[in-house]
Amino acid sequence: MDVFVQQLINGLTLGSIYGLIAIGYTMVFGIIGMVNFAHGDVFMVSSFIALIGFLILTTWLGVSSIALAFLIVLVVSMVLTALWGWAIERVAYRPLRGSFRLAPLISAIGVSIFLSNFVQVAQGARNKPLPPMLSGGITLFETDGFQVFLSYKQCLIMAVTAVLLTGFWYLVQRTPFGRAQRACEQDRKMAALLGIDVDRTISLTFVLGAALAAVAGVLYLMYYGVVSFSDGFVPGVKAFTAAVLGGIGSLPGAVLGGLIIGLIETFWSAYFSIEYKDVAAFSILAVVLIFMPSGILGRAEVEKV
Amino acid sequence: MAAATRGAVGLPGILKDAAFYALGTFALCVPVVAFRTDAGPTGGLELTPRWGLVLALCAAIFLARLAQRLILMRRDARRALTPARSQATEAVGATPNAGQRVSMLALWLFIGIALTLPVVAALASGSLGEGRYWIDLGILILTYVMLGWGLNIVVGLAGLLDLGYVAFYAVGAYSYALLSTTFGLSFWVCLPLAGLFAALWGMLLGFPVLRLRGDYLAIVTLAFGEIIRLVLINWVDVTGGGAGISSIPRATFFGIPFTAGEDGFAARFGLTFDSMHRVVFLYYLILALALITNVVTLRLRRLPIGRAWEALREDEIACRSLGINTTTTKLTAFALGAAFGGFAGSFFAVRQGFISPESFNFLESAIILAIVVLGGMGSQVGVAIAAVAMVGGPEMLRNLGFLKAVFGQGFDPNEYRLLLFGLAMVAMMVWRPRGLISERTPSVALGERRAISGAHVSEGHG
Repeated sequence: MDVFVQQLINGLTLGSIYGLIAIGYTMVFGIIGMVNFAHGDVFMVSSFIALIGFLILTTWLGVSSIALAFLIVLVVSMVLTALWGWAIERVAYRPLRGSFRLAPLISAIGVSIFLSNFVQVAQGARNKPLPPMLSGGITLFETDGFQVFLSYKQCLIMAVTAVLLTGFWYLVQRTPFGRAQRACEQDRKMAALLGIDVDRTISLTFVLGAALAAVAGVLYLMYYGVVSFSDGFVPGVKAFTAAVLGGIGSLPGAVLGGLIIGLIETFWSAYFSIEYKDVAAFSILAVVLIFMPSGILGRAEVEKV
Repeated sequence: MAAATRGAVGLPGILKDAAFYALGTFALCVPVVAFRTDAGPTGGLELTPRWGLVLALCAAIFLARLAQRLILMRRDARRALTPARSQATEAVGATPNAGQRVSMLALWLFIGIALTLPVVAALASGSLGEGRYWIDLGILILTYVMLGWGLNIVVGLAGLLDLGYVAFYAVGAYSYALLSTTFGLSFWVCLPLAGLFAALWGMLLGFPVLRLRGDYLAIVTLAFGEIIRLVLINWVDVTGGGAGISSIPRATFFGIPFTAGEDGFAARFGLTFDSMHRVVFLYYLILALALITNVVTLRLRRLPIGRAWEALREDEIACRSLGINTTTTKLTAFALGAAFGGFAGSFFAVRQGFISPESFNFLESAIILAIVVLGGMGSQVGVAIAAVAMVGGPEMLRNLGFLKAVFGQGFDPNEYRLLLFGLAMVAMMVWRPRGLISERTPSVALGERRAISGAHVSEGHG
């Protein structure tokens, strides 16, 4: 029971991070129907921005308050990563709109390779450790010497995820931008005819997706305390799995899928084998796509001829 | 903002646009380029500011964008003066157009160079040993040509986007390595077996994804590729795990080993022993394998199954309505593509003498797919040209010594190989999404056989 609760906490933490990344995949797929393969690497870039931000704040500017440093880094990282998302869409995807079907996917793979190697060239191939920022936590209960421990980091991750998702949900459901975004998702041509600036809406979708990936990146860096240039690929594929599992195009689905993937991965590592945890995630992706392509909360796609 | 300035014509508008790009670059470079993190003496990270580098990058982007806009402006001005050719007549014609002539010429040039490369390399650099670098490079390129042609069956002909092709390459390599090290089977027995195993895996992995299409198919095949790699890493008892398998037996000349002894190749044929004999033999072996792949593909295109592949690519629903069994059509495409990947894999193992899971990561799949796409999907010559450009080009980067003089001694052009590779993939999609050779000759034609533009060829839904 105690191990179970501990793994539940760990899984939900990991799942929150996956859920935040998955939203970027699901929104982009919803609006232009492409798998933004570079999204995982955008997440990795945001982690690096956060790493350097933390270092500048703590070593050069002497900011001692962790809360202040965290807030500044979060905002800066979101803004700069959003800019990356915008630039990528502008340079690599927008010229391909209306091109043949595979072109955006291949371009996205190119961007993904570019980003990870760009960071490798700029920052070197080594793992970059960050000194622990926030330690301690609450012992929930203790049985037979096994402590069920909820660290402050995990609290922070879940709290930030919950707050941002609420804000994001409000943005998509209640604001003019959200309406435009949902309209473009349903029918881009019709939305354009009704006076919605489709290109701008798509750009903003990328910007928002990248900003949420940046939140995930900052939290990931705080949680694991280390980042390297190759850290984008596997979390990226897992977040995509989460988006597919939840039903691609559905925002609550992305979060739900993220939590499920996080839980499965943690429990698999705890009870079966840690070596095969990635195999488990990839297998879920394949199985879901084959047997339940519309996911848990997604709409079934009807093919019209 | 860029969209707003795009319409602006004239030098001030273009300057503003280029300045905007430079500003964007500046913002993107903060802080990932502007501060370099290095491990300090105490183990923590230390920051080194690099504003000079950021400014240089911004200046480079500014100039590049300026040049691009100026060239585009001149082109637009020229276009405005000459009447536009109508879209339909552009590439359809009975006489071969420039693209076709180039590809015919390239075909013979390619075969000519490929056949004579070891001789030319030996003559140009004095002896076989001196020319080894070029022959090794030739082997590397031909391996990718073969992989590209193999994947072309799946992606180019059948229109099934496969992002996990490297899995079959791995299956082939591990089949040979395991069969030869455990059972002592020779390369010539293992080669067909490796192809067979890979084909079997192609069918096994192809079966569950029959219903998937497009991006979903791509992602699931990617997942399969990664699963196979992870299993190779973790199943230590059989595959040796991350350490891989070493001391794999070398290739023999149909049973005669390339050794210096009595029974060696050199002694039997009355030659003086030279370790290069084996390398030259490997070169011609991969050339033969690649050409077999090509011939088989070209002949299969004439058979009902090849036509079914192309029909599947054009329209799956129409295909099924006409009574074509899409299940067998897809599975044969997967199996055949995989079989050629398996052959290439076992060649890779015999050449290297050592394999590890790291040689079969997703990047390899991406490179092979990029070769097929850059070549123009479905075009055999295009794939060969693209393989030379994508594999040989970065290799040339290694030799550019003058770059060191420009950027200082610490500059290693090889570091930028994949960076440029990624950029090239994006640039290619933006500039020529249909690949280098974008003309197609239909396999079946009524009356005269005509080339059609690649833009008229569908690329399939799955």
